[in-house]
Amino acid sequence: MTTAAMAPPAMASSDATSGQARDRVFWGVLMLAPYLLVFAVMVVYPVAYGLWLGLNWQSYKALFADPIFVRTLVNTVVFLFIAVNLKFLMALFLSGFFVQQRAWVRFMLVLFILPWAVPSIPTILSFRVMLNPENGMINQQLFHWFGIVEGPGWLTDPTLAFASSILVHIWKSLPFWTLILVTGRLAIAQDLYEAASVDGANKWQQFRFITWPSLATLYVTSTLLSMIWTLGDFNSVYLLTGGGPGDLNHVLATLGIRYMRNNNLDLGIASIICAMPLILPMVWFMVKRLSKGAE
Amino acid sequence: MKKVLDEGKLILIAIPVLIWTLLPIYHLFVLSISTQESMLAGRLWPEKPTLQNFQIVFNQQHYYLTNFWLQLFNSFLIAIATGLLTLFIATCAAFAISRLKAPGGRSIMNFALATYLIPAAFLAIPMYKAMGTFGLLNTRIALILAMVALASPYAIWVLKQASDKLPKELDEAAIMDGANSLQLFRLVYLPLMKPSMVVIGIYALLLAWNEYLYAFLLLSSERAVPLAVGLGLFLSADDAPWNLLMTAGLIYAIPPAVIYYGFRKNMVSGLTAGAVKS
Repeated sequence: MTTAAMAPPAMASSDATSGQARDRVFWGVLMLAPYLLVFAVMVVYPVAYGLWLGLNWQSYKALFADPIFVRTLVNTVVFLFIAVNLKFLMALFLSGFFVQQRAWVRFMLVLFILPWAVPSIPTILSFRVMLNPENGMINQQLFHWFGIVEGPGWLTDPTLAFASSILVHIWKSLPFWTLILVTGRLAIAQDLYEAASVDGANKWQQFRFITWPSLATLYVTSTLLSMIWTLGDFNSVYLLTGGGPGDLNHVLATLGIRYMRNNNLDLGIASIICAMPLILPMVWFMVKRLSKGAE
Repeated sequence: MKKVLDEGKLILIAIPVLIWTLLPIYHLFVLSISTQESMLAGRLWPEKPTLQNFQIVFNQQHYYLTNFWLQLFNSFLIAIATGLLTLFIATCAAFAISRLKAPGGRSIMNFALATYLIPAAFLAIPMYKAMGTFGLLNTRIALILAMVALASPYAIWVLKQASDKLPKELDEAAIMDGANSLQLFRLVYLPLMKPSMVVIGIYALLLAWNEYLYAFLLLSSERAVPLAVGLGLFLSADDAPWNLLMTAGLIYAIPPAVIYYGFRKNMVSGLTAGAVKS
């Protein structure tokens, strides 16, 4: 106190600044502490523990010897490829529909986002009941209108069950991505289209030379993000078919749980670690992209 | 003429899109007002619509529904606790990173982003094992902690971005007036961040309410699980009373849908702006 009082004015102010700097560092660290604690306890520790459990070489041998695992790898890639591409083609098309400036189209958008707004458990279970081959509404209606006695085994035929999972996944996530692309389309300057139509460009040319170039970056970023989320979609597969019939329709997101429920935790951990080479490059790329965008 | 044609084309797109979107939700609703017989007949509309299913659910008059109210309460408890805790953690962290430029803030942000991007399904088993060593399995605290850990990274990221947009001059002026960091947080930052905080609180709340996988891994007793897992219990039998399941599912779906549509304007802009910004 006394030194501060005796010090020349310049010193006093730098004292105050360093006091403020210390105050900032103190509070900065303190306010980060709750998150760091949660991060350490709930993410770092479990991941380290998981990696340590995953050091068992035997479990990888057993894993690759399991035909279900190999099948799951193929399933995951097919699921990813079809679901993401189909979803984005639909979203691209529908975003063109939803940018129409009409009152009823805007009202329809409110209904259209329902699958995204409603929790997935009841709706997936609703699909499951609806697609039930015997009593489900779909097959009963097929019988009623077309006299089809034995409707398709939506959940019992391996290929159809797999397709149904993809369908449910798209149903759930399509609204979100459509909305993203609508936002992207709305950001395009309208006079570009006016100028183009004055020059006689048709709808396809307008899409090809105005819409698509403006949307491309967003489209690619979104596709990548959607790939990561699709990889992690547990519910659409597990709640609809349980990975069945005969465990033929698992994806990497559900396989770990299957091993765990069969009391084979080591294989569960190993299957997760095997998914990492697929996931981490995408995550790394997205982190770079998102943290750059935040600057 | 061209206008009519355009309108016609739009309607031709609209009809299949609406059927596709609404069919499962319509089905959910129809079964909830169907008797067992008309449900098994797969009718598009029940012969005699009834509210009896709701009565059975509310009175817990079925084996699968013995803990309906308790599970509904658990859902609320877990969602609200997750929402509040996430809000506290993320608001503080975003302030420290964005306004105080805390040391290491940037790398923490990147680690958080990575946690957000790695699909939760792949962290579930390690987290389950960790909870086992903490002795927290089958406690609601375990699920709340897990959901906070899953919700915080994105929450911090969105709040940090919102905070970065606040003018620097505000801080400078407050500091000139002799405000310390805590006063800056309370008097300048919090009031301005309110709109984003509402969005993030709801985001975390809905994330926890909708969670199935973690709930069913971390909790096993039928009295501890939230309603999401309670609904999943119906899957254990092939001849489950689907109409009761759909009724309980409808009740479960209503709170988040109401919240979502109530805050639709904020949610759509707040979350989509954060989700994809390239």
